[in-house]
Amino acid sequence: MDRKGSSVKGSAGRHGKWLAATLFVALPSMPALAADYIDVPGGAYASVLPTAETPLDVNVPALAMRSEPVSNAEFLAFVSTHPQWRRDQVPRVFAESRYLDHWPTADSIGPGQARQPVVKVSWFAAEAYCESEQARLPTWHEWEYVAAADATRRDARSDPAWRNRILGWYERTSGGDLAEIGGDANAYGVRDLHGLVWEWVDDFNALFVSADNRNQGDPDLLKFCGAGALSMQDRDNYAVLMRIAMLSSLKGADVTGNLGFRCVRPNEEKSP
Amino acid sequence: MIRPAPWLGLFVLLVLLANPGPALSAPASDLPGDSVYQLHLPLRDQDGKAIDFASLRGQPRLITMFYASCPYMCPLIIDTARMTERELGEAQRAKLAVLMVSFDAERDDPAALRALADKRKVDTSRWTLAHADAADVRKLAAVLGIQYRQIDGGDFNHTSVLILLDAEGRIVARSEIMGKTDPAFVDAVRRVLGDSKAH
Repeated sequence: MDRKGSSVKGSAGRHGKWLAATLFVALPSMPALAADYIDVPGGAYASVLPTAETPLDVNVPALAMRSEPVSNAEFLAFVSTHPQWRRDQVPRVFAESRYLDHWPTADSIGPGQARQPVVKVSWFAAEAYCESEQARLPTWHEWEYVAAADATRRDARSDPAWRNRILGWYERTSGGDLAEIGGDANAYGVRDLHGLVWEWVDDFNALFVSADNRNQGDPDLLKFCGAGALSMQDRDNYAVLMRIAMLSSLKGADVTGNLGFRCVRPNEEKSP
Repeated sequence: MIRPAPWLGLFVLLVLLANPGPALSAPASDLPGDSVYQLHLPLRDQDGKAIDFASLRGQPRLITMFYASCPYMCPLIIDTARMTERELGEAQRAKLAVLMVSFDAERDDPAALRALADKRKVDTSRWTLAHADAADVRKLAAVLGIQYRQIDGGDFNHTSVLILLDAEGRIVARSEIMGKTDPAFVDAVRRVLGDSKAH
């Protein structure tokens, strides 16, 4: 952002001073540019969807995650510059008919919607938005890893209070207006992973717990089913497993009234 | 009052430059909105030839996803597609194309796909085995309603399904019955090919 500011300033001649002041004021209100990505160090953790049988079996490389879910105002800025993602132009194969139908028109949002997380977005639209920020959706493992934190601990999942807070939110989610973005930051500085909306992940179509083709005698398939079944009995992870159940039931063009998203970028410099 | 016009244009330009269009974009404007060919998908076939997915429009096609090192299910997918074809008359069969796209972006380069095609004696005048980049594999699977997940050791768990596309790229039928023909699916293929014997 600094780089862009100075190059504009340099070519604007005598308007430079005014321009610098304007940019300073204008940028925070330009959501497509205002996204704040927080560095998350890599690490190993026990996922509810393990890839092997050892306890700390999932390695998440260092990444930078959006500190907040994408808001209606940010998504509006995106469809303005990428009109193929307007609800009146998007191909049906990428988004069903209820896509963004909570907005008053295809190119405006209602009063009070600006700072709410955008919902009723399809996986394809979410992925395209992230690509416009040179980012992508987090994988399930990346999301689960960062979402395991509470305000002070990077993995708070064994704490009954943490689990109860999340389960308590699940009971409240249906009906009523969405709250605005801006919950408390977790130990990484990331907000609203719990308590506001559910979020798309890049590999949503990898989260099948009961596999297809189950009668084909593939031994690896049995291993997968076994791991899934064990995790399902783990009441500690019940709150997180509900997310998997929901995500695994969706198709890429589906939208729901409480499903939004955020984006991540790989952080190769900080990966081991 | 200072007029912001001279730099504003530049600023907008910089914003646009910083936001290159996403990979997903609508190609031809007359393409149906529910066509899978809306997906911008660069492919490479078993001979290393670049294929633009949308250029496949114009011919009915069976499409499926697989991977070359797959020990059991994927040979069965090939066999099932063949059995389905054998139900058709020769003239009908000539009108049908088959596209198999690999889940395994890492290992299934054109050489690996060519080796499989030779081993299984695949007729590459009508059948195409194709590689796509990992992010594009995920998108194609999403468009086709196929689930897959890489597991330890490089294998994949995945939906095994034959999908029938009409000439416009709309999904007409799908079958997860493997190892024998699915009569309802064969009938759908005949209908799409304009066979008067279709029920």
